[in-house]
Parts: sequence; C-alpha cells; structure tokens
Amino acid sequence: MSRAALLVLADGRFPAGGHAHSGGAEAAVRAGRLTDARDLAAFCRGRLHTTGLTSAAFAAAAVLGVDPLALDEAADARTPSPALRATARKLGRQMMRAARATWPGPGLDALAAARPRGAHQPIVLGLAARSAGLGPEDAAHCVLYETVSGPATAAVRLLSLDPFDATGVLARLAPDIDKTARHAVATAHRAVRKGPGALPAASAPLLDITAEAHAAWAVRLFAS
Amino acid sequence: MSVHATARITAAPDGRGGTALPVLESDGPLALRRTRAAAAVPGTGTGLPARVTVVGAMSAPLGGDRLALEAVVRDGAALTVDAAAAMIALPGHRTGDGPADHAGYDMRLTVGESGVLHWLPEQLISVTGSDLRTHTRVELSPTARLVLREELILGRHGEAPGTVTSRLTVHRAGRPLLDQQLALGPGASGGWDGGAVIGGHRAVGQLLLVRPEFEEKPVAPRLLGDTAVLTPLAGPGALVTALAPDARALRRVLDDALAELYR
Repeated sequence: MSRAALLVLADGRFPAGGHAHSGGAEAAVRAGRLTDARDLAAFCRGRLHTTGLTSAAFAAAAVLGVDPLALDEAADARTPSPALRATARKLGRQMMRAARATWPGPGLDALAAARPRGAHQPIVLGLAARSAGLGPEDAAHCVLYETVSGPATAAVRLLSLDPFDATGVLARLAPDIDKTARHAVATAHRAVRKGPGALPAASAPLLDITAEAHAAWAVRLFAS
Repeated sequence: MSVHATARITAAPDGRGGTALPVLESDGPLALRRTRAAAAVPGTGTGLPARVTVVGAMSAPLGGDRLALEAVVRDGAALTVDAAAAMIALPGHRTGDGPADHAGYDMRLTVGESGVLHWLPEQLISVTGSDLRTHTRVELSPTARLVLREELILGRHGEAPGTVTSRLTVHRAGRPLLDQQLALGPGASGGWDGGAVIGGHRAVGQLLLVRPEFEEKPVAPRLLGDTAVLTPLAGPGALVTALAPDARALRRVLDDALAELYR
C-alpha cells in the first residue's frame, strides 16, 4: 500500500464534497445537544460506533471485492432516513467523480454505469481505495476519520469552539478509531464469505430523526 | 440453571375464511395462549386473524438463558401476536468468579404470500446488571403485510439500565429491506447516551409497516414531535423511529402513528 495515497484520499481537501456536511452536528447544536467540547466528544464517539462502524465495514467490504450493488442494497436497508440516503448517494456521486479522475479503474467505471445517480459513499470510497492500491483497513480508517472530523470541523464553525479543543477531541478518539477499523475489517472479511448480511447494522436513532428535520430547514450552514 | 427454550407458532388458513393454529408450542418461560382476536385486518381479505398472547410463565430472560420464538404465517393466513406483560431482562447466573453470561432472545418470523402478521409485543425492560442480546429476523413474501413494534426501556423507574443489544433484520422477497442494530447501556461502546445516538432518553422504539402498496405510494417523511420521525424505506415499508423519556410517552407516539397509518 502507498501511505501517500492514503493521505490524498483522507485529506479534507480531497475534492469529494465532504466539507459541506456536518454529520448531524448542525441539527444537534440547534437541539441543544451539542454545546461544548465535552458534548462533541460524546457525539463523535457515538457516531463512530454506530454509523461510522457500519460505513467503515461497507468500505472495507468494497475493497475486498464484495459485489458493490449488493452492498448498495444492504446500505439502503441500514439507512431508514430518506434524507440520509439522499446524502449518501450525493456524496457517493461526488466521490465517484473525484476518484475516477484521480485513480481511474474498471471497478469505479462499472459502479458509475450501474448507479448513475450515485451509490452510497462508503462503497465508492472503498472502490477508490482499491483503485489507489490501498487495503480494507485504509478505507475503514478514511471513513471513520471522516465520521468524526466532519462534526468536529462543523462544531468549530457552529459553536465558535476553540479549534485546539476540537482537534483534541479527535486525537483522544484515535485509539477508538483504530479499534473500530479493525472490527469493521473483520466483519468485511466475513461478508466476503457470507454476503453483506454479515456486515454490522449499528444505527443512531437521533441522527436518523434529526436528519429529516434538518433537510427541511429553509436556512442552514451545512447540507446535512 | 440457565434455560434453553424455543416456542413455535404456525398460522394457516382454516378453510372457512379464518386462520387456524396447527402449531402452538409453548416452551420454558415462553407460554403461548390462543386469545380472542379483536377484528379482521381491513383490506386484506384474510378474515378474522388468529391471536396469540405470550404469557410470561416466569421472570425471563436471565443471563445465560437462550430463548427463541418462531412464528410462521402461511400463505393467506393472518396472525396477531401480543403479550400479557413487558419482558424484563434480568442479571445472570454467575459461575465462579467470571462475569455473568449474557441472555439471548431470538425471534424468527416468516410470512407467506398475502399473509398478515401483526407483531405487537410489550416493552423489553433492561434492568441494572442485565445483558441481553436479541435479534428479530423477518422473512416476508412479496405480497405479505407486516406491522411490527419494538420498544426498549432502559431500566425500571429511576434505575440505571443494563446492557442491551437489539437487531432487527427484515428481508422481503429475499432482498434486505431494513437492518438496524442498537447497542445501549454500560456494556455498549462509548457515546451511546450522547447527542448522536439516544441523548439521555430512556425509551427507544420502532414501528414498522410493510405493505405492497407502499411500492407505488410510499409514505411522506414526517416529524412526529421533536424526537420521532416517520420515514419511507427504500423498499415498500414505513418506519417510525422514536425516542421518549419513558415507556408511556413512547407508546403514545407509536400508538398515534399506528392509528394514523393503519387504515
């Protein structure tokens, strides 16, 4: 694997549109559930172990060659919120465009042709990682880091939180991120033998509930 | 002594427009009683459903127990399953100095063509020190109809919760329709009580409706208060996801949604 390719894919400046999304943080701030660095840590940790774990496992499974269309259907079943399904597909479309320009490959082309309106983002990220010569653990780490760095960055803007505090939250999550990535990859290997049903389905009710409300706001800073 | 028990229900058309129960097997703490059905399910042509009430014959599940409940609704049959009381997850039997074993409770539900299943158990209450893992697996035929309610209560009144992991996996025509897992309580991964997952609420519930008509006419997504939402699934299902401070408030949200959706 190329460590530099991993940095390119994980970079917040990789042009895949992730910066426009708060990962539910904007709605949590409005509801008064996210007010300081302590809340941010709990928010990010909860997100990491729910939607983060599930998404990371899907990305890792895509790297390992599990059928992306079967993964896409299984990802839909794990995303009961239509607002979050739309977000996942929009981010998938943007990731696809960036990835095909960066690391072109037949896997990406085939999925782009089969899902012109976008597949769930972690699956596209997994295929991009594969195309870049990266492994399942790399893809899982990318997804998990994005799972927590999105809300942390958003919290700095929404709460005027000290950026040092926000980065401190991310740094303290590092051991959890590593552990969750290993777990995600282990389930992805199981999915190679048993199909996407073997992947985690960890869910976060508040993220599902507030995503629908947030999508209906007339004015918002972030797309989700 | 831990208990291993599997209770079974099979519902089949009785040939006179109603539903018979060729299999009704209680086992261990899962005692099943045939009770009187309230009314036919409108618009399904299946007549009066058979109704089965789960009567807890003793406190269960305890740590170490492995309970299972299997229900098969054959083509054209209609079955309602409810419960006489909440299920209480209790702490386990400790063997030696090691930690107590978790308890397991699995439900396997199968609904045939034009079959109707209403799965409406009472709450599952997770008591301090308990560790319950439960998995509900549902296999639906393309024309099957389902109403399924699930309510998780973290602790009795004013009590700290135990650990509970609950997964609901629904397939329709062999394809995944809904797959959700919640892991809550002191044994769950960190952040479960934070602003992304349940944010201090102590009652969590889902109400799932699956109907072939939702394929053409899905429900519109709608908020049901600040902490509940009705959403259309990617397939022909409608899901209410709800959080509430307690069991009674949660039931009110789910009952209101059911009354509105179930016509």
